[in-house]
Amino acid sequence: MPQTIDETLVRHIGRLSRIELTDEEVRTLRRQLADILEYFDKLQQLDTDRVEPMAHAAELRNVLANDTPVEGLTPEQALANAPARDGDFFQVPKVIGESS
Amino acid sequence: MSGGDERIRGSAHELRDRIAAGEVSCEQAATAYLAAIERHEPTVAAYNEVLADDALRQARALDARRAAGEDLGPLGGVPIAVKDNLCTTVGHTTCSSKMLQSFRSPYTATAVAKLQQAGAVVLGKTNLDEFAMGSSTENSGFAPTHNPWDPTRVPGGSSGGSAAAVAGRLCAAAVGSDTGGSIRQPAAFCGVVGLKPTYGRVSRYGLVAYGSSLDQVGPITVDVADAALLTGVLAGHDARDSTSVPRDVPDYLATVETPIEGLRVGLVEEFFSDALDAEIAAVLHGAAETYRDAGATVVDVSLPHSRIDIDEGGALSSYAVACYYILAMAEASSNLARYDSVHYGHRTAEKLDDIVALYSRSRAEALGQEVKRRIMLGTYTLSAGYYDAYYNKASKVRRLIKNDFDRAFEACDVLLCPTSPTPAFQLGEKTDDPLTMYLADIYTISVNLAGLPGISIPAGLSAAGLPIGMQLIGPVFAEETVLRAGRMYEQASGISRLVPPLARA
Repeated sequence: MPQTIDETLVRHIGRLSRIELTDEEVRTLRRQLADILEYFDKLQQLDTDRVEPMAHAAELRNVLANDTPVEGLTPEQALANAPARDGDFFQVPKVIGESS
Repeated sequence: MSGGDERIRGSAHELRDRIAAGEVSCEQAATAYLAAIERHEPTVAAYNEVLADDALRQARALDARRAAGEDLGPLGGVPIAVKDNLCTTVGHTTCSSKMLQSFRSPYTATAVAKLQQAGAVVLGKTNLDEFAMGSSTENSGFAPTHNPWDPTRVPGGSSGGSAAAVAGRLCAAAVGSDTGGSIRQPAAFCGVVGLKPTYGRVSRYGLVAYGSSLDQVGPITVDVADAALLTGVLAGHDARDSTSVPRDVPDYLATVETPIEGLRVGLVEEFFSDALDAEIAAVLHGAAETYRDAGATVVDVSLPHSRIDIDEGGALSSYAVACYYILAMAEASSNLARYDSVHYGHRTAEKLDDIVALYSRSRAEALGQEVKRRIMLGTYTLSAGYYDAYYNKASKVRRLIKNDFDRAFEACDVLLCPTSPTPAFQLGEKTDDPLTMYLADIYTISVNLAGLPGISIPAGLSAAGLPIGMQLIGPVFAEETVLRAGRMYEQASGISRLVPPLARA
């Protein structure tokens, strides 16, 4: 059932996960991911055709909060841990305009 | 007992009573634990950060309130340790990750706020496997914690710092979090009590999210009465956590000493396979005898989907372990997407002009191997074409696992089973093979999948002098039953408040 986990696929998953990988990490992860995914396939032994999926155990439905304004973080608090800021803004590399 | 400070020996509730009676001041209690930390922390390394000045300031403020005739609350003056994945405005909240090494939370987790409102003094933040992903605390992004019973061994994980701090008497009690066994397994390894409450019993607000449908905050303590005390303080509805359940909180401490008349204890047949260490199996059978002698009925029950299979090569496998890791990794990949090096957390020093490169480089630099592995596996199992085969399949198996428990609880009030397949293992023993490490949770993860309360309590020592824990599991919201059944065992066996040689010296 599962596709073969090769190094190209590991690099692809790394890109989807937004994690840069070294060649050595790709090699190690290829083996580890293949082992773990093979282990996961154990579940295919079970017949679950008529089983309702379970999302979590509390089984609460449609929890609504009162529509009452409450204090949030101040801009200073929200920005206090920012790696880079410009005034009251989080600073990032240019993401629009003349892209490569 | 020689050495140490006699005034802070014993349990958190006894210390609270002595403080209330004026025999010990809050400042003396905090000072005594800070001295113990100074002495043993180089060996144990339980804390990421000791908040000595702030703890003393809190303690003096409490002493002033007591002098003014105020009641300090159910934890008045009790020094506690907090797992470093619970947000505190004092000190840092790092999750033992280089990603959050310098992160300071702008708000306090509800669990911590409740402890403080009850009069507890926060001594510091304890070590964990990075983002609570692990079973030995060796995945900490900083340094491993050592087991106070034998510093060459792991304390378990992921709440290894909290469990080691309690066992080493480096705090009177602690809080941890449990996604797949992260309170109970380190409690077993360190010879202390650890309780994972029912999913929804304790607010997760301010608990840094790992597997949101599985995470719960709970206490790690020296005895069952303290677990009752802390669970009562932690529990309750919180509007800021939509999965916290609006339901009254019983006074667990008031009932914990009362044995349960006609208690029915269920032994889980599937858990007594060759996968279980022989010494632990003997201790568990002895515990069943102890319950019989105390007037309980012991019945065999079955949890077929939590069964442990052993292949010809001796490798272990279990539907529950596969189910758990699929769901936990999927939730982790989503939850940890927030570490973008923009809003907070580590950003690479390299000047990159592309935002995706900035994310990817920063995450590569700051996240550890196990965290990367789980994010990637979760990303893969949730990706187009694989969702049904993995996530949806696991969600269905989760239902089957829960149904097994529902059926078992028709025949008994609590389940008695191992907490961990072995006592504490050596540092480095399992770090090369992630799958072997995942099997350390083989007896605890089903409880998280089903959302049930579970407690691990000390049940003896191995021939090598290492603590052996046993686990009691109850139906949803049966914390009171689990605690009273645990206390019955303490009373009948005489095993309680084990102190490692290190903390006796």
